[in-house]
Amino acid sequence: MNREDIQQLAKLAQLHIADDQVDEVTNRISTVLALVDQLSAVDTEGVAPMAHPLDAVQILRADEITEPNVREQMQAIAPATEDGLFLVPKVID
Amino acid sequence: MHNQTVAQLVKQLQSKAVSSVELTQHYLDRIQQNDADLNSFISVTAEQALAQAKAADVRLAQGNAPTLCGLPIAHKDIFCTQGVRTSCGSKMLDNFIAPYDATIVQNYQNQGVVSLGKTNMDEFAMGSSNETSYYGPVKNPWATHCVPGGSSGGSAAAVAARLAPAATATDTGGSIRQPAALCGISGLKPTYGRASRYGMIAFASSLDQAGLMAQTAEDIALLLGPLSGFDPKDSTSVDHPVDDYTRLLDKPLTGLRIGIPDEYFGEGLEASTEKCVREAIAQFEKLGATTKSIKLPHTSLSVPAYYVIAPAECSANLSRFDGVRYGYRCKNPQDLDDLYSRSRSEGFGDEVKRRILVGAYALSAGYYDAYYAKAQKARRLIKQDFVAAFHDVDLIMGPTSPSPAFEFGSKSADPVAMYLEDIYTIATNLAGLPGMSIPCGLVNGKPIGLQIIGNYFDEAQMLGVAHQYQQATHFHTLAPANYK
Amino acid sequence: MEWETVIGLEIHVQLATKTKIFSGASTAYGAEPNTQACAIDLAMPGTLPVPNRQAFKLAAMFGLAIDAPIARRSVFERKNYFYPDLPKGYQTTQLDEPIVGAGHVDITLDDGTEHRVRIHHAHLEEDAGKSLHEDYHGMSGIDLNRAGTPLIEIVTEPDMRNAEQAVAFAKKLHGLVVAIGICDGEMSQGSLRFDVNISVRPKGQKELGIRTETKNLNSFKFMEEAIELEVERQISVIESGGTIRQETRLYNGDTKKARSMRSKEDSNDYRYFPCPDLLPVILDDSFLAEVAAAMPELPEAKRARYTGDMGLSEYDAKVLTGDVATAVYFDAAVNAGAIPKLAANWIMGDLAAFLNRQELTIKQSPVTPAALAGLTQRIDDGTVNSKMAKAVFEGMAAGEGDADTVIEAKGLKQVSDSGALEKIIDDVMANNTQQVEGYRAAPEDKRAKMVGFFVGQCMKASKGQADPKQLNQLLVKKLNG
Repeated sequence: MNREDIQQLAKLAQLHIADDQVDEVTNRISTVLALVDQLSAVDTEGVAPMAHPLDAVQILRADEITEPNVREQMQAIAPATEDGLFLVPKVID
Repeated sequence: MHNQTVAQLVKQLQSKAVSSVELTQHYLDRIQQNDADLNSFISVTAEQALAQAKAADVRLAQGNAPTLCGLPIAHKDIFCTQGVRTSCGSKMLDNFIAPYDATIVQNYQNQGVVSLGKTNMDEFAMGSSNETSYYGPVKNPWATHCVPGGSSGGSAAAVAARLAPAATATDTGGSIRQPAALCGISGLKPTYGRASRYGMIAFASSLDQAGLMAQTAEDIALLLGPLSGFDPKDSTSVDHPVDDYTRLLDKPLTGLRIGIPDEYFGEGLEASTEKCVREAIAQFEKLGATTKSIKLPHTSLSVPAYYVIAPAECSANLSRFDGVRYGYRCKNPQDLDDLYSRSRSEGFGDEVKRRILVGAYALSAGYYDAYYAKAQKARRLIKQDFVAAFHDVDLIMGPTSPSPAFEFGSKSADPVAMYLEDIYTIATNLAGLPGMSIPCGLVNGKPIGLQIIGNYFDEAQMLGVAHQYQQATHFHTLAPANYK
Repeated sequence: MEWETVIGLEIHVQLATKTKIFSGASTAYGAEPNTQACAIDLAMPGTLPVPNRQAFKLAAMFGLAIDAPIARRSVFERKNYFYPDLPKGYQTTQLDEPIVGAGHVDITLDDGTEHRVRIHHAHLEEDAGKSLHEDYHGMSGIDLNRAGTPLIEIVTEPDMRNAEQAVAFAKKLHGLVVAIGICDGEMSQGSLRFDVNISVRPKGQKELGIRTETKNLNSFKFMEEAIELEVERQISVIESGGTIRQETRLYNGDTKKARSMRSKEDSNDYRYFPCPDLLPVILDDSFLAEVAAAMPELPEAKRARYTGDMGLSEYDAKVLTGDVATAVYFDAAVNAGAIPKLAANWIMGDLAAFLNRQELTIKQSPVTPAALAGLTQRIDDGTVNSKMAKAVFEGMAAGEGDADTVIEAKGLKQVSDSGALEKIIDDVMANNTQQVEGYRAAPEDKRAKMVGFFVGQCMKASKGQADPKQLNQLLVKKLNG
């Protein structure tokens, strides 16, 4: 893992890492990756991945409207709104 | 009054020997007197607490009030509480007044339980020392130069210092059991899916589980009912009958089979901690249980697997914090990317950012199979170890944490040293099993925890076994000198 | 060099559920911004998704309609990227285990040739919100009402070779999803959106060329224009020595121009992984039986039924099944006893023209299917002739009652009583003796033409109510003396 890798990851995760911190972050993350690299030593041939601790099955909800209009409550804690919309810097497609 | 257990307090409330308002005021006073130093609460909601206590007293006066009615407790600040700041220990949510209650908060409210406030925690529950909180570290009431453990350090310290009779908490890799051990109290992480996660701010969805902290196992048994149960708002909560968790409290331990995993007593376990744990196990034998040595051969994989899976899930779970709809937003964003990256970089602390980056890496093109898929397979191997072990034993016991509370700053430079704090607790989260920690001794004035791991949905038996131990020992009655 | 175009489509179809795929908020179109975005849709901290059963049912119905297997087990994944219309910072979608497997849709081109388009798979996912670009002090506004609306994304194989085929397929698919009732088909509201993957290759070459994707086309016309424009562009780039860049493009239907949106190099690494907030969805036998029972007749089967027992022409069947409401009306009329061929003619002719004039849909038609059925019966049994039938129809359309009531009220019964007819014929012949003589003097082969004059006179005298068939027979008999 090098500086460029970290910057690329930071871009994907929308995190800004200051130039003077890149080395430290790279080092710390490399330490963690060295720890998790221990996984490569284990034989997992024929083992199915386990995404969830219990072998449970999804429940499905009835198609009924249960959620009222909560715009006022939700937008009361929003950083910027106008005319019921959330405002963000100009979106360019 | 504050040295009493939940079991004692609810009896007094029901008999009206004490009112909920009196009891609540007493704890609020204690928080005010002691917490400036301890820092176990992020928000104390005195006004709401007294209003709830008043309402509880009305219910108690009317008769037929639920068992827990009028009991004040504290909630970890990871649970959304309507109208009250819910920060998750982060600057990102410092201004977040939740517009709804978490299901479990609502459940306790329905029982007439009073909320004293919101307890401090590692930021987004990522940490084992409470040092990553935006609101500053919590001190360990037993040794204030030491950490209380984490991430539920605030809940643990508050219960240990008798600032609350009990507290809710969450456990993703040991965040209930490790601080319970380091603060000398009892803590339970139930089976995954036992309690609803709705309104509990997610760290790693497939590992996170709400649980409880209190002085005794009996107290947890009394509190566990309202925490438990299927919630139609949480697809991963389990539709399994809710037990009467007090039903096995008085059951003798004769015939109980306890497994002692060899892997939990290897390198890294401090000798003094091991001594306390071994003595506790001997005590169980005295009480009629039999012990046998067992193998959990994939134990060494749990920390590496966890530090792939938890960061991977958190990297996506924390994407919603983008400065658009709620939470921290940077000043004068130049454009959309600037809004995102500055709001997130300024709003999140270093450990959170590191875990997001590790998670993004483990899921990225070309690395998914080597990291994420591999960790998911290791996870199955770890679960299979436990499933096999539970063919021969009823419970598994070992240390909760390799050593007692450590000093502030002593592990923050090396993330891996910190991660190894949870070496004995992480496997149960990966497997989804219930785990608890109960006090089993003091080393140089600092508490040691015994970990009890049960089979799926076997909380009633775990609590009964722990209660039998606490009937025969006194460690759970010890309080830190300055907070008696 | 001769070029061959290769086209594949990805179609986003909004499912006609009442609520979102993961929350109980309404999906109704056109509400005030953010009034249908609940805490879950806004990705508030601690909120969790719970899937809508109906979305699975509608998606499975699509599977049946394209002859595809329905997965017994399907899994939701998270597709990670940041965008203001995507509140969670990931889209919950399906990747390796989608609900609908491989199927096909057969299309008929204008020249009558049949063409099969294979469907690779269709998966369930959530729609995003909308960014409104009107100027809010240099900012954009975000409306999350649409966020979480259930979609199926249908992915075809690259089986189309020109715009005509692509548009024919798109229209067929549109008709299909509307016919089975899983989508309202309102393209102007974004209920169906097409992404078109286009590449060109020298004719005869097996290997595919580099493709571009033109996103979010929401009309058939724009789709056709966008394909033609892009094919032209690609050929001219290659012919002038350039290479095609793999990229996403946007077509502007107003300016008729397209532009590059982003190239593959800056495309995201989406870091898909199974959503830990959701469990595998298992559809059991009883669920699948319920889906099968809910399936309406497919347009294809309907056409076969119309051209078979009912004896309609291919053309009539195609027109009637081209629109669900029309087919429903037609079936209702036939069920009420209509003569199929006559009903088809009236529905496609006078009824369509009338509704068009009145700006009504067929569902709003004042002439009910049962009323139309009555009219076809009276035509069939000779009570009214075609000219009178038009008057009866007008009466029914004006709300004057069913066919028999209008016939009775207006005295529109056809005169087929031979006595009455003979009297009319006798009168006409008496008043036109010269023409009668002319007829009788004419050679046999010329006479047939001359009968028309007498028919016209008799009709006039009967005020149009004479039964033309009977009149003709009697007239010829009398003229021939």
